[in-house]
Amino acid sequence: MDRIPILKMGDCLLVTIQVDMHDELAMSLQEDLTAQIARHASRGVLIDISSLEIVDSFIGRMLANIAAMSRVLDAQTVLTGMQPAVAITLVELGMSLPGIKTALNVERGMALLREFMGNDAESEEDDGSEE
Amino acid sequence: MALKSETFPIATSDDVVKVRQTVRSWATELKFSLVDQTKFVTATSELARNTLEHGGGGFMTAEIVEQGPRKGIKLIFRDDGPGIPSIEMALKDGYTTGSGMGLGLSGSKRLVNEFDIQSEVGRGTVVTITRWK
Amino acid sequence: MSAFQEIVRAHEKAILSGWLNEMSTSTRRKDLINDADFKSQATELLRLVTDASQSSSDVQSEAFSATRTFLKEITKARMDMGFSPAEISMFVLSLKQPVFKALRDALKDNDAELIDEIWLSNTLIDKIGMLTVDTAVGFRELTIARQQEEMLELSTPVVKLWDGVLALPLIGTLDSARTQVVMESLLSAIVETNSQVAIIDITGVPTVDTLVAQHLIKTITAARLMGADCYLSGIRPAIAQTIVHLGIDLVDIQTKAKLSDAFALALTRMGKTIVSTKTATVNNSQKAKEL
Repeated sequence: MDRIPILKMGDCLLVTIQVDMHDELAMSLQEDLTAQIARHASRGVLIDISSLEIVDSFIGRMLANIAAMSRVLDAQTVLTGMQPAVAITLVELGMSLPGIKTALNVERGMALLREFMGNDAESEEDDGSEE
Repeated sequence: MALKSETFPIATSDDVVKVRQTVRSWATELKFSLVDQTKFVTATSELARNTLEHGGGGFMTAEIVEQGPRKGIKLIFRDDGPGIPSIEMALKDGYTTGSGMGLGLSGSKRLVNEFDIQSEVGRGTVVTITRWK
Repeated sequence: MSAFQEIVRAHEKAILSGWLNEMSTSTRRKDLINDADFKSQATELLRLVTDASQSSSDVQSEAFSATRTFLKEITKARMDMGFSPAEISMFVLSLKQPVFKALRDALKDNDAELIDEIWLSNTLIDKIGMLTVDTAVGFRELTIARQQEEMLELSTPVVKLWDGVLALPLIGTLDSARTQVVMESLLSAIVETNSQVAIIDITGVPTVDTLVAQHLIKTITAARLMGADCYLSGIRPAIAQTIVHLGIDLVDIQTKAKLSDAFALALTRMGKTIVSTKTATVNNSQKAKEL
């Protein structure tokens, strides 16, 4: 069975979802990502969905799960490139994906991740220097 | 009156993807707007998944229908599963029988023009949705 | 069923020529359709009706489905040509005279049966006439609906205030149809201009009730899902009161009374400030003094 490729960029992981996923593929993405975050101690995850034309409640839940699991592993998740039609449909469906940060495109998404990861690094330094 | 009618099995998760793509291509043929297409295919996905997961598998019949000068697509999702004990509850946002956010039925209703559901405990469920151009 | 079918079948030719004659004296509209097309449409319709009425007198039945399809086609074609719904139905209704004549000739010795048959055929032709009117009106309604959509699109302009900042001044009420158009315009504008902030100004929205608030919240949620932030400006004190009274929760939506304040906030959030330069040239009274 094919799997969705996960790219490592420094301390971030980058995923581009381009295919119409069937359920098992979505579940394996969830597992793979979590495993990779743990393995590389990644601090950021960027999921680009600019090619996804349909996001139903199952995919929505999967994305929310990924964000929640990442948070538990101390990584920040940003979702980029949502298509207007998809956004309108999700709102109508009643899914607002709370707790997921979003950005218009990958460039903005990376900037947003850097911001969040940068903040955390600063507070770590503070702790260190107090000692 | 149906101008075209085809039935598809929903037995595996690949079937769910297939019916999504079929409905997408029918909607494109009828020149639905992009947003209307997206809404309708998403509703299809929700209901097909319900048929598979709660209904134990079933069928989707797709029809091109017309009412006067306007055309539309009608989808009928049928399963012989356990049925839904309380349709009223099921149509409330947030209702769920398993893990997940349970927006499938109530959400789909908002994405289509016409929505009908018939269900009998122990006999099965039939959900019919229509989107007009 | 009745003698109607046999008579119409037997006298098809006579009825056709009687019909064409009848039409040439009433609303023929030679300027819109030529003789050849006219004759072929009439011939086809009469043939379809004759065939269909062999098995049924119910215009909605399966037997008449070919007739219905044909009627829809010629109604649409004639609407496009410029015929009015009345003129199109006259085309059908003027079939009565030749049919009645054929019935009268065939049943001249049987008054009772003649009256029955005239009634049956009258009802049948009326129903066919109504079909054409229904179809014609249906097409008109489709045109109106399409034009309304176009008007809606025109009345929701999205304006670029600065790199990355869009403004959407709403004028008039916000119903669910308009909300769809607003969402689509705003979201596609956000993508096209790569914007980070959209300011929805509701100075021109007369009342904000629970429904309107829901529509606004939907629009803002959709923009946020895409990664753009959305502020609400132009909130008059009266509107603020209504919102509180209705218990509407604007969640964590950034609001400002004035569009200018919302714009300033957007710039600040994006890390930009406005700086004065020495070469300002806006002071007219000074220039007058110098002269």
